[in-house]
Amino acid sequence: MQKHDIVIIGAGPAGMAAAVAAYDSGVKDVVLLDREQDMGGILRQCIHNGFGLHKLGTELTGPEYAAHYKQMVSDRGIKVYYEATVTGLTPDKIVTAQSREGILKFEAKAVILAMGCRERSRGALNISGTRPAGVYSAGTAQKLMNMEGYRVGKKAVILGSGDIGLIMARRMSLEGAKVEAVCEIMSYSGGLMRNIVQCLEDYDIPLYLSTTVAEIHGKDRLEGVTIAKVDENMRVIDSTRRYIECDTLLLSVGLIPENELTKSAGIKMSPLTNGALVDENRETSVEGIFACGNVLQVHDLVDYVSDEAEIAGIGAANYVKGLKTAKKAVGTVAGNGVRYVLPQVVHTDSGEDIALFMRVVKPYGKVKFTVSSGNNVLATATRLKAAPGEMEKIVVKKDKLIEANGDITVALEEI
Amino acid sequence: MKRDLVCIICPRGCRMTAEITDSGVLVSGNACKRGEEYATAEMTAPKRTVTSIVRVSNRVDTMVSVKTKEPIPKEHIFDAMEKIRAVSVEAPVRIGDVIIENLFGTCIIATKDVK
Repeated sequence: MQKHDIVIIGAGPAGMAAAVAAYDSGVKDVVLLDREQDMGGILRQCIHNGFGLHKLGTELTGPEYAAHYKQMVSDRGIKVYYEATVTGLTPDKIVTAQSREGILKFEAKAVILAMGCRERSRGALNISGTRPAGVYSAGTAQKLMNMEGYRVGKKAVILGSGDIGLIMARRMSLEGAKVEAVCEIMSYSGGLMRNIVQCLEDYDIPLYLSTTVAEIHGKDRLEGVTIAKVDENMRVIDSTRRYIECDTLLLSVGLIPENELTKSAGIKMSPLTNGALVDENRETSVEGIFACGNVLQVHDLVDYVSDEAEIAGIGAANYVKGLKTAKKAVGTVAGNGVRYVLPQVVHTDSGEDIALFMRVVKPYGKVKFTVSSGNNVLATATRLKAAPGEMEKIVVKKDKLIEANGDITVALEEI
Repeated sequence: MKRDLVCIICPRGCRMTAEITDSGVLVSGNACKRGEEYATAEMTAPKRTVTSIVRVSNRVDTMVSVKTKEPIPKEHIFDAMEKIRAVSVEAPVRIGDVIIENLFGTCIIATKDVK
C-alpha cells in the first residue's frame, strides 16, 4: 500500500489541470493514474483546432492543448502511472488499480475523480434492422482515423448533431468520403453554432432536424439506412421514410459520465447531470473525494474543464491542509427554463464569490437569469440567446451569497 | 452584398451581419475585434485552418497530427489535403516541426510529439 496526499483518477484535461492546481496550492505529493499510455485523454484524438481560446488565449489543436498541460505536470515532477486501470474506490479513499506491475494499492488523504465520459452506443437507441459492420460511435471512428490512420468509410450518414458528430462530418469529408446527411432527432442541434458553420456549411453537408435513422440495412457491411422525420413524441412518421445508400453510420448521440467507481464508493449522484452531487469546491458527498471535468458534467469546451479541475485541485489541497471551514450549506435548484445547476450544494459562508454553472432546457432568444434565495435576488444575468448546447455561468458575489437563507434557485424569463 | 454570418473564431458564436460597401466591409453584431476581422475575411477572402494526420514511417501504426500554421484560403483546403496525404515523416517529431514548407503562403507543422 502506497500512501499519498492526493490520488487523481484519469490524466485527461481534468486530471492534469487538477494535479497542477493541487501542486501549486502547496500539496506536492500528488499522483495521477491513467489507463492509457500517455496523458491527454480524449484530446489525443481531437486533432482539430479551436481549443484554448478562453483559457490560454490562443487557438490550439487537441494534442497541443494536452501537451501544454502535460508539460506543466512534468515540470512539477508529478508522478504519473500509465496503463493503470483503476478498478476499485472505497469511501475511506483506498484506490486499487491494475497495471503492468500487478495490482497497485493507494491510500489517499484526498481523491479527485477525473475519469471523463463515454459515448452512448447503438444498443441504447433501439434502432431496428440488421447488425452489419460500419456502424461506429463518432468517437471510435475519430480514434481509428486520427490515431491509427484508418479510413472508416466512403459514404457516411451521421446520426446526432453533437459536436463530435459535426467534427467527424468535416474530418470524413477532408479524407475524401461523402457525408450524405447529418440527422438530428431534436428540432435543434446540440452542437456549437461555430461547428455547424465550419463543419457542415463549408462542405455542403445537409443537416436534417427532427429526423432520425429508422432502420439499418446490410448483411456483412452496412449498405444503407432509412431515415425519417419524427413527430413531437419522437415517433417515426412512416410517410417520410427515405433510403440513403451508405457504408458507414456514425452515432453522435450523447455522452455518459463514466461513474462506476463513483457509485461503488457510495457517492450520491445527480440524476440530472449523471455525475456526482458536489459543493462549490467540487467535493462529493463523501468527504475528501472530489470530482471534475466530464465525469461530473459533460462540458462543451475543454477550457471550462480545465477551470473546473482547478477548482477541484485547490479544493482537494485545502482539504488535505485542513483548511475547510465553511459550514452553512444550502442547495441549488433549477427553476423555470433551467435543466440543472452545478454545484448542487453551496456554502454561503465560504467567503468567496461562487460561480454557478447551468444548462437551459431548450433554445431561447433573449433571456434574463435570476439567482434568488427566498425573496433575495443574489445575481442576475442577461443573454442575447441561450441554448442547451452552451453552458451558462453566473457568478454570485460573496456579500450577496451571505444573504441566502435557504435554497438558491436559478430561473430564467424570456425578455 | 449583405450576408448574415456566424462567427467561428470562438465558441460564443456571435451572429453578425456584414455588408460590402464603398468604404469597406461594414460588420455589426460582433462582440469583439476578432469577429470583425473574421467577417471581413469571410466577405472578401475566407480562410480556414486545416488539420489532418501524417504517417510516421519508422514507427508501427503511428500517426502524427498536423495543421496549417496559418489559415489558408478556403478554396485550397482539398489541395492542401492532397499534399498532406502524399507525405510521411520520420520520428522523432516535435510539436511545431515543419512537415511541408511553403503551402499557400504558410506551412504544415506537427501538433504532437512522437519520440
